[in-house]
Amino acid sequence: MANTTQPLISVKNLHKKFGTLEVLKGVDLDVQAGDVIAVIGPSGCGKSTLLRCLNLLEMPTGGSILLEDAFVFKNERFILKAKMKAIPDKKSEEYLALKTEYECLKKEEKLIEKTVNKTINIHRQKIGMVFQQFNLFPHLTVLNNITLAPIKLKKCTKEEAEAKAMALLEKVGLADKANAYPSTLSGGQKQRIAIVRALAMEPDIMLFDEPTSALDPEMVGEVLKVMTELAKEGMTMVVVTHEMGFAKEVASRIIFMSDGVIKEENAPKEFFENPKDERLKEFLSKVL
Amino acid sequence: MNWYNTLIKDDRWKMYVNGIEETIIISLGAIAFGILLGVIVALIKYVNKKYDRFKIGAKVCDLYLTVFRGTPVYVQLLIMYLVVLVAFPTRTTAIVTFGINSGAYVAEIIRGGLESVDDGQLEAGASLGLTRTQVMLFIILPQGFRRALPALFNEFIALIKETSIVGTIGVVDITKVAERIIARTYEPFTPYLVTAIIYLVIVIVLTQLLKLLEKKLAKGDKNG
Ligand SMILES: Nc1ncnc2c1ncn2[C@@H]1O[C@H](COP(=O)(O)OP(=O)(O)OP(=O)(O)O)[C@@H](O)[C@H]1O
Ligand SMILES: [Mg+2]
Repeated sequence: MANTTQPLISVKNLHKKFGTLEVLKGVDLDVQAGDVIAVIGPSGCGKSTLLRCLNLLEMPTGGSILLEDAFVFKNERFILKAKMKAIPDKKSEEYLALKTEYECLKKEEKLIEKTVNKTINIHRQKIGMVFQQFNLFPHLTVLNNITLAPIKLKKCTKEEAEAKAMALLEKVGLADKANAYPSTLSGGQKQRIAIVRALAMEPDIMLFDEPTSALDPEMVGEVLKVMTELAKEGMTMVVVTHEMGFAKEVASRIIFMSDGVIKEENAPKEFFENPKDERLKEFLSKVL
Repeated sequence: MNWYNTLIKDDRWKMYVNGIEETIIISLGAIAFGILLGVIVALIKYVNKKYDRFKIGAKVCDLYLTVFRGTPVYVQLLIMYLVVLVAFPTRTTAIVTFGINSGAYVAEIIRGGLESVDDGQLEAGASLGLTRTQVMLFIILPQGFRRALPALFNEFIALIKETSIVGTIGVVDITKVAERIIARTYEPFTPYLVTAIIYLVIVIVLTQLLKLLEKKLAKGDKNG
């Protein structure tokens, strides 16, 4: 179990390639319990990819991810592989030593991969995710959207799940929509339901991927309000967002991503008032 | 036209009733069999596409689809009757043949339905910690099936009409009844007209049901 100083999630040197396109080029990130991290950056820089790697919706191609002290992903042998390639003499002592190290690491990492393949669903239960496009289940009522996973995964009985769902719906002001179908709801309502659906699994951390970007402007506020309350209650959150106001007011840390790496990371005040990275300065001048 | 000879004399209308029964039994049996087969094949192909699993299974499914959609059902029926299912009652042979044949079309219809479900649904299910099987069973399949229903219904209407060839292997369905009556009355028009009307009534009833169904589905199916 994680103690207070141990990060909830620890990402090291994370790489992700789609074919030949390298989207993440070595991301390091520690998320402590209670952190609210806002991730900003230009379109296509890999924000969504990073978030999706955290709950393994995308499999990274290199680096490591620790969730509560347990590896959920580890592939560090690719670094050794590159080093080996750089050595021309395949019989040199240096090469052979690397090779031994590589084989050893490969064994360990394959074992992790095997274990994680079996436990991936348990990891994901600890990580809630909210999508830009809501992704509610259109064939189920709001209540069933929320209780499906807790019931099927035997987290609790149907009655308990429904009581919990109703309490959460009450909190976001949508208790009267329990028996409605998603298609009858506005975007803001859908997104609040999506947040409740993730919360119903009692996750340790919540990931948000541009939760307000698909909303009409007048509905952004109601969703941000729910997220702000959640942050105040101490929920650990990683939020990809273009809402600079939210980042400034609510986040405990802000991360600027560009070209597949984290270029700058700071507390909100310092981040906005005293940006150091040139790309960040340029980015802020555009969005502020 | 001779309605008396066709329907009344010797209680020939009873032959039609039996024929209708036979046609309905064979159609329903084939539909049930076809759905079972079709859903399995569609799921295998879908899972193969999305998760890169069941490689060999998907190849086998492709072969099945190619063969049964690429040859006439009439020829399939004869081969089943004369070679494969020789020892079985003809009704069983008819149900199995039409089931396997229809299953190939049902599979493609359902696969289309499954693939029309947004990938975000898969991801939302996975992000909640549901297993792949649970995601398929409770999220993708209900939505895909629902979207496939109108096309499925049309397939079943076509199937009912196609079963009119089962007389070839000795099953006495609505069409075969007409032949039998003609053999006695030597007047072909009325018996075939009655047969045609019966099919038409069945199809019209089913089409109306389909319309009701589509209306009902239109309500619950918009993007969530
Ligand atoms: N499944 C995929 N296959 C191939 N390329 C992908 C895939 N997913 C993302 N990419 C590419 O990776 C890059 C980073 O995408 P990502 O969605 O992470 O960016 P982003 O920072 O979230 O951008 P945005 O602000 O537009 O959401 C883009 O160039 C994108 O085209
Ligand atoms: Mg994105």
